[in-house]
Amino acid sequence: MFHYYLIITILLAAGTIINRNNTIRILLLGAFLVLQTTLAIYGYSNLHKEEFSFFAYDSLGVIFLGVLTILSYTTIIHSYIYLKSRNESSWRQSIYFTALILLIAAMTCAYLASYIGVLWVFIEITTLSVAVLIYHERTHLSLEATWKYVFICSIGITFAFVGIVFLSKALSETGSVNLSFADIPQHLKNANTLWLKLAFLFMLVGFSTKMGLFPMHTIAVDAHTVAPPPISAFISTTLMNVGFLAIFRTYSLMANTSIQPWMNQVLLWCGILSIFVSTVYILKVSHLKRMFAYSSLEHMGLTALGLASGGIGYFAAILHMVLHSFVKASVFYQIDQIHRTFHTYIIRKTGNYFSKNLVGALVMLFVFISITAMPPSGMFVSEFLIFRSLFESHQIFILIFVLLFLTLIFWALGKNIFKLLFTPPIDIEEHKITPINPWESLSQFLLLSIAIYLGLNPPTEFVALIKESIILLPH
Amino acid sequence: MIHVILITFLITLFYMAIANRMLTYIKILAFQGLLLFVIVFIQLNEINTINLILILLETIVFKSLAVPIFLNFILKRNKITREAEPFVPNFVSLIITTVIIVFTILLVNSINDPYLDKIFFIVALSTLFTGVYIIVSRRKILTHVMGYLVIENGVFILSLAVGSEMTMLVNIGIMLDIFVSVLVLGIFMNRIGNTFEEMSVDNLTNLKD
Repeated sequence: MFHYYLIITILLAAGTIINRNNTIRILLLGAFLVLQTTLAIYGYSNLHKEEFSFFAYDSLGVIFLGVLTILSYTTIIHSYIYLKSRNESSWRQSIYFTALILLIAAMTCAYLASYIGVLWVFIEITTLSVAVLIYHERTHLSLEATWKYVFICSIGITFAFVGIVFLSKALSETGSVNLSFADIPQHLKNANTLWLKLAFLFMLVGFSTKMGLFPMHTIAVDAHTVAPPPISAFISTTLMNVGFLAIFRTYSLMANTSIQPWMNQVLLWCGILSIFVSTVYILKVSHLKRMFAYSSLEHMGLTALGLASGGIGYFAAILHMVLHSFVKASVFYQIDQIHRTFHTYIIRKTGNYFSKNLVGALVMLFVFISITAMPPSGMFVSEFLIFRSLFESHQIFILIFVLLFLTLIFWALGKNIFKLLFTPPIDIEEHKITPINPWESLSQFLLLSIAIYLGLNPPTEFVALIKESIILLPH
Repeated sequence: MIHVILITFLITLFYMAIANRMLTYIKILAFQGLLLFVIVFIQLNEINTINLILILLETIVFKSLAVPIFLNFILKRNKITREAEPFVPNFVSLIITTVIIVFTILLVNSINDPYLDKIFFIVALSTLFTGVYIIVSRRKILTHVMGYLVIENGVFILSLAVGSEMTMLVNIGIMLDIFVSVLVLGIFMNRIGNTFEEMSVDNLTNLKD
């Protein structure tokens, strides 16, 4: 199945870049979505099956593959609306959709990779394909952001490779040269801890470029500012899942060695510093997309805290990533509509969104409830579990600081979102405001309700998948 | 023999720290590629034809020929000034490079691991850190890419030092990735050259809060 997926994807990408006809483009994209869905269903029904000797349908990969598949539909639909509203030329649309197909395929391969080297290769391919998409608007700012993104991601991914080299050094001393995720943990028990620590540190720094976690978070924020909104939705959700998956796999490789308490300390600091940085910036931010980019940084910090504190935290971290994906994607789709209404991302120049686009404003209100994890939102459950795990691992002071920072973030998000929704704007040119078709918001309502459903009443299959992916971690 | 070449490699790092002209940087990079080929060639115990072709491609064709020619092309096309324009004087750069190397020697000596080939590790890590230093201390975007290539060379030596062989397919993937990323960086460099008067990082400071 997997080799069919790869071959057909390459054919479809080639078809999309050659083709100039709009109807054929829609058919090609539809075919790709069918293919992606088939792979996701096949992957779920053939759990643990090895493919092509380098890939396997492991449970965490399948969870994220499912999230990616759902978001591919919405992202392709919203990309289509976005490109149509800008009257893009046929050639630019072809480039855009080809890069999008390659990005989705690269992320799929990264989720399912069962060798650490293969994971590395596909993470680098995601950087290259997303760079084309970030540069789509071709302004000075997008040039700057794309340059920074490609350059720093390349350096980051090189550091991750250094980490892999250290890991293989530790392994070669124990007599194993096989770098597959299944085989490494058995050989690491007697490995030299210094090599393991170096490997973890380098891989954490390297993969944090993708996850948008503290040491290398800046490029993801800059990329958000200029990327087309449907692509921002991808950078903030599925691409961050790739980074999380890489860090999670690295962590679980070494979780049963003696360096586990040390790794927890490092992750704890990464998490708390992420939340701290995002609080500082979110208080003074004036750009709508940058505000939600910093909110993503905060949620990644929370996930790292969950991973670091163990116990129920492992479960909560994965659940949080999934729920965050659905909520954050709908935020960025809605931001595209806000931009089409007001023609700006600067919060100060917007306002009274309820009178301009009632349905969109309702989405924004639900988003506020979801993203700040107020009770009906699914993220309330995952954040609550993360706090519980912090409490159970006796990190009371860190918990107090986190809650303090979250309160500040809550206030800042509330101030800006309610300004957007209710306060009448100053010197706005009413005749320039474009009405939005209310049906465009349907996808966002669906995604937000999926997030609520999965958080409040998770289906047993979903819970079983998450439990299976953390089975190797110490409890 | 191999130690002599490794130490020659270290000396090229010093030369890079004090080099003034952009062309010198490109020549040093090409020379480093050549040195890497010799190191791998000596290090190889048994010569497997496919492996040899792969290494030839990666070091001689890619590192010593393709990338320097490509960088030279960008240099000519965008009419970049010949000076490297570092933020700090060359003398300070020389001292900092020395400090980096002394630091890595101390670091590697503090590791007690009987399987460790110390000279390899010292050269690899100091190349890595010198690459990072070149990136932060130079103003031109082209020198940033050169710093990235120096880091890549350091990683190359490091993977030799560890000596574990990754699967061929993964190796090819890594090689292709690096090649494509240099190409993409080059394309964007050209864009920056077309958009702004001067290819300097001072133009890239508009994204902030």
